[in-house]
Amino acid sequence: MAELTHYLILSGVLFTIGTAGVLLRRNVITVLLSIEVMLNAVNLTFIAFGHFLGSPDGQIIVFFVITVAAAEAAVGLALVIALFRHVETLNPDAFRQLRG
Amino acid sequence: MAFNLILFYLFAAIAVVTALLVVVQSNPVYSVLLLIGSFMGLAGLYVLLDAPFVAVIQIIVYAGAIMVLFLFVVMLLNAPREAAVRSRLLESAGTRVIGAILALAFAAEMAWALTRSRTLAMSAAGRPSFSVPQIGQRLFQEYAFAFEATSILILVAMVGAVTLAGRHLVKDRRSGS
Repeated sequence: MAELTHYLILSGVLFTIGTAGVLLRRNVITVLLSIEVMLNAVNLTFIAFGHFLGSPDGQIIVFFVITVAAAEAAVGLALVIALFRHVETLNPDAFRQLRG
Repeated sequence: MAFNLILFYLFAAIAVVTALLVVVQSNPVYSVLLLIGSFMGLAGLYVLLDAPFVAVIQIIVYAGAIMVLFLFVVMLLNAPREAAVRSRLLESAGTRVIGAILALAFAAEMAWALTRSRTLAMSAAGRPSFSVPQIGQRLFQEYAFAFEATSILILVAMVGAVTLAGRHLVKDRRSGS
């Protein structure tokens, strides 16, 4: 039987992979995908705690997290399209028009 | 019970390996497809955790809708393969030292937190599992306000996405100035 610790370690590993992706990749779309990986690691923690504490609240919060992730993806991808139209690249280092 | 543990390791391996490949891939199309594999592994873990409803939502909404949106944008932009750009910030020694310190701090923090959570895992027997009607009742009674708030959030995100990505606005601004 997998214990709570197993799930928490797995969640930590996934979150670290997502963080590394956000920091290391030079492609806006991959950065957004890495954020999805991080959100899923957090979802796993919610479900695991909800299961081991015997509460349905973990599942309900994951429901909200998925909804917010959908909104985040829609706005983020719209921003990517708008930026790509202006600078013709997906490298976040190229987005420096606002720098003073 | 041992079968359960084998399934856990199988799904965990799927989730971690595909997530690693998502980050390592240089082609965004492969990254999106591999992330769907990662979501499948996580959905299996949710089933193991007595949350079949969330597992189904994960596959339908996440792997189905959100990832198709990503794939659509990747193909719409005809996203180029990421060039191996070497940035000076990533290669400087100071950045590496700070990164190593932060990684060690995170590892120590996780180890400390996980050794303390042992007491919680002991109360494993006799846990109730929740049916979809129970979750729905709770969602629409105790969390009714949060539910309505997220529906407004979705509406705002929809309007925002159309405003940001709409081509007609760009034309108007150019012709106006």
